[in-house]
Amino acid sequence: MKTIQVATTVNGDGAEFVCGHDETLLDALRNRLGLTGAKEGCGTGDCGACSVRLDDRLVCSCLVLAVEAEGARIDTIEGLAQGETLHPLQQSFIDLAALQCGICTPGILVAAKALLDRNPEPTDTEIRYWLAGNLCRCTGYDKIVRAVQDAAAKMRSA
Amino acid sequence: MALDSSSKRVFKVVGTRPPRPDGVDKVTGRALYGADVSAPGMLVGRILRSPHAHARIRAIDTTAAEALPGVKAVVTARDFARLEGDKIIDMGEDRTSLRDVRDNCLARDKALYDGHAVAAVAALTPEIARAALKLIAVDYEILPHVIDVDAAMRPEAPVVLAGRAHENVPGGMSPNVTNHCEFGHGDLEAGFAQADRIVERSFTTAATHQGYIEPHACLASVTGDGRADLWCCTQGQYNVRDICAELMGMQASQLRVTASEIGGGFGGKTVVFIEPVALLLARKSGRPVKIVMSREEVFRATGPTVSASIDVRIGMARDGRITAGEAVLRYSGGAFPCETVDMGAQAAFACYDLRAVRTLGWNVLTNRPKEAAYRAPGAPQAIYAVESVVDELCQGFGLDPLEVRLRNAARKGTKSSYGPTFEAIGLEATLEAAKAHPHYSAPLGPGQGRGLSAGFWFNFGGNTSVSLSVNTDGTVGITEGNPDIGGSRASISLMAAEELGIPYERVRATIADTSSLGHNDVTDGSRVTFAVGLATIKAARDAKQKMCARAARIWGIDEEAVLWEDGAAKPSGPNAGDFPPMTLAEIAAVSFKTGGPIAGHNEAHADGAGVSFGVHICDVEVDRETGATKVLRYTVIQDAGKAVHPDYVEGQMQGGAVQGIGWALNEEYIYGEDGRLQNAGFLDYRVPVASDLPQIDTVILEIPNPGHPYGVRGVGETPIVPPLAALSNAVSRAIGHRMTRLPMSPPRVLEAINAGR
Repeated sequence: MKTIQVATTVNGDGAEFVCGHDETLLDALRNRLGLTGAKEGCGTGDCGACSVRLDDRLVCSCLVLAVEAEGARIDTIEGLAQGETLHPLQQSFIDLAALQCGICTPGILVAAKALLDRNPEPTDTEIRYWLAGNLCRCTGYDKIVRAVQDAAAKMRSA
Repeated sequence: MALDSSSKRVFKVVGTRPPRPDGVDKVTGRALYGADVSAPGMLVGRILRSPHAHARIRAIDTTAAEALPGVKAVVTARDFARLEGDKIIDMGEDRTSLRDVRDNCLARDKALYDGHAVAAVAALTPEIARAALKLIAVDYEILPHVIDVDAAMRPEAPVVLAGRAHENVPGGMSPNVTNHCEFGHGDLEAGFAQADRIVERSFTTAATHQGYIEPHACLASVTGDGRADLWCCTQGQYNVRDICAELMGMQASQLRVTASEIGGGFGGKTVVFIEPVALLLARKSGRPVKIVMSREEVFRATGPTVSASIDVRIGMARDGRITAGEAVLRYSGGAFPCETVDMGAQAAFACYDLRAVRTLGWNVLTNRPKEAAYRAPGAPQAIYAVESVVDELCQGFGLDPLEVRLRNAARKGTKSSYGPTFEAIGLEATLEAAKAHPHYSAPLGPGQGRGLSAGFWFNFGGNTSVSLSVNTDGTVGITEGNPDIGGSRASISLMAAEELGIPYERVRATIADTSSLGHNDVTDGSRVTFAVGLATIKAARDAKQKMCARAARIWGIDEEAVLWEDGAAKPSGPNAGDFPPMTLAEIAAVSFKTGGPIAGHNEAHADGAGVSFGVHICDVEVDRETGATKVLRYTVIQDAGKAVHPDYVEGQMQGGAVQGIGWALNEEYIYGEDGRLQNAGFLDYRVPVASDLPQIDTVILEIPNPGHPYGVRGVGETPIVPPLAALSNAVSRAIGHRMTRLPMSPPRVLEAINAGR
């Protein structure tokens, strides 16, 4: 099968890969670039475990073609922490036990970051509707909402 | 050295809420789950599945697929090792037939449900694998199918599997009826004669899926000299090893299974589906093979729960005393025999102290996927039906549903409805806490309803091995054999730190592969914090004893004259000698000079798990135009025995409650007339999302379990039991019509509202 060469930026670093014309961005991230933080929970855009940002836009990477990454800026869970310093969202998720199995956590953190970037002081309801596309089967979402609020408060006072 | 601490002990570390040791890995994307690893030369494995609900497999022609360039192996059921008869695999809480597991992994003579695996390929790329599946020609003879449990019991029903009925099933029934059970005591007729009111109702509950977000995934590698490695997401690597070794005709010692991080299981990853198939393909191709299920495959071929049809009859006196209770449960565990109905029949009336009670259970084969455990398997359905009828009786007499449950509550000394007499249990305390909770007395608005349900689960202990090494720098490593499905590394580390008297941060818990530690039963039965915790405490005591012996040797006194206190060895009294205490770190630092490395270990079958009770309160508002139910407020009250890491205990209570809410309101397996599953995806199988829900408030009670040194009870399963009836009772009260069918999806609620107009 014919492959296509793609040049993109992932978490601030230049990245190149070849992919099939029908390959998803999720598969390219995981299989071509070795970034397995984004997970495939459904492959149909229903669970949000593969959430990444494409030029700041929050997307399900299983619904984006890998070739769409050409010339774009991709941000994944692997780029959320600054070296050893966790992002406040990551720290709050650990501190408030907002994860159990952890499979949905990368997608939820990427989505929550996108929320706080546009709305630094969301209500609980705004958090719940923003994260409605990210399924979590372990926590019942309670501690996730609290952790997002905790991180938002810390980021506002930072 | 006092090793038998009293249950009134004061904890230093247990009960605190430190960060979990695997937290950073899991918030940075570094943690490796089932699908996250690869191997050099790896092939892609794909499964061909039956499009028919029930069909005889006349022949499978794989020649065209094998001839496709890039295809390295094709396998069918014939590639499994020959089984001499059947073998029952002890899964800990559960048992399973090896033959059934094999025939579920790859269909042998018949495809028994839509999605049943019939063949598999390994190829260079996913595209080639997909193309190869299309080239496999399966000659099916389509057979009539049966999906509904009640229909499958009828004598004229299509027979799913013949000759599988257990000997206690009476003759003359459909061959689909495979299991029967009966529990209870007392004189039912006399009990019902004392009742002022008897309510009899029939209920149905849909099959639901565990819905873990991580699809099943594995990577298998088999070498020419008969050794194999398997990486997979599982709740129990040892059972995976034992089953796969049998099916492959291998020695268990030659198959090493490593559990990946696990992306949810809830019981659904206690069995094998793709793992033996990946091993077959790896052996045949001579290359590593990775199989990752799609979400559609997860829905069609794994999980789900039993579907159920239940009759309940309860008699109550005017004062709220239950005089007799009776339930008949008809469960279908899909296309293979299953014993889940036994647990339902035992759990149905477990919350009550009854003089006359009887439950009958039947398991029935249908053309559905083989049932897999899901949190308290069998109990939510049975308790839903019982708690619904109790609620209706309370309404009929105008009695407070909490008072009625308190009046009839099982307590210490109660002969349970399933036989054993209860030890110290927390049901009464849980009900009292519910009564005292502000939620219970908060006012309700118009169109709103409040529902209440108690719940119960047995809990399980089981076979456990733990090894604990004392490092020379004063830190401690624990090797345990159960995947961390929701914070167990943290709770195990807390118990080790508590017992040894060292900081939590100095302990690291690692999950062993099957070659590195003795057997551990699967992560089920809410057993890990209880049983692995127990083994960890005993392993720590073993290490403490050895450290005391080292101190005795250094001091030149008798071992018996040394005790362990506050993380250090000390002379037991003034007569023993005057030596300053030696800390764990000090003893460890000189261990190579005092007899070598120090380690503790424990291998045991843990008994005394201690049953668990919970009470849930739920407020709903029903939209009378659409039939949609909104959960307004939800409170979970549960006895944890001792909450080792309260955050993760609350997490179990909240997560279980929300799974139960989904079961009650939306989730169901929907089949077409053709017997095919119509909603095999998260869009149409709708699990609760964040915007559906309120906060889930929790109250943890701690009534110590006498079977554990810290009083721990398992907490993971009980929380899914009460939501079904709590929601149904709330909706029934809100709309003034008794709901008897789950899920209460908007069309069904609307139908009930319209019927009452």
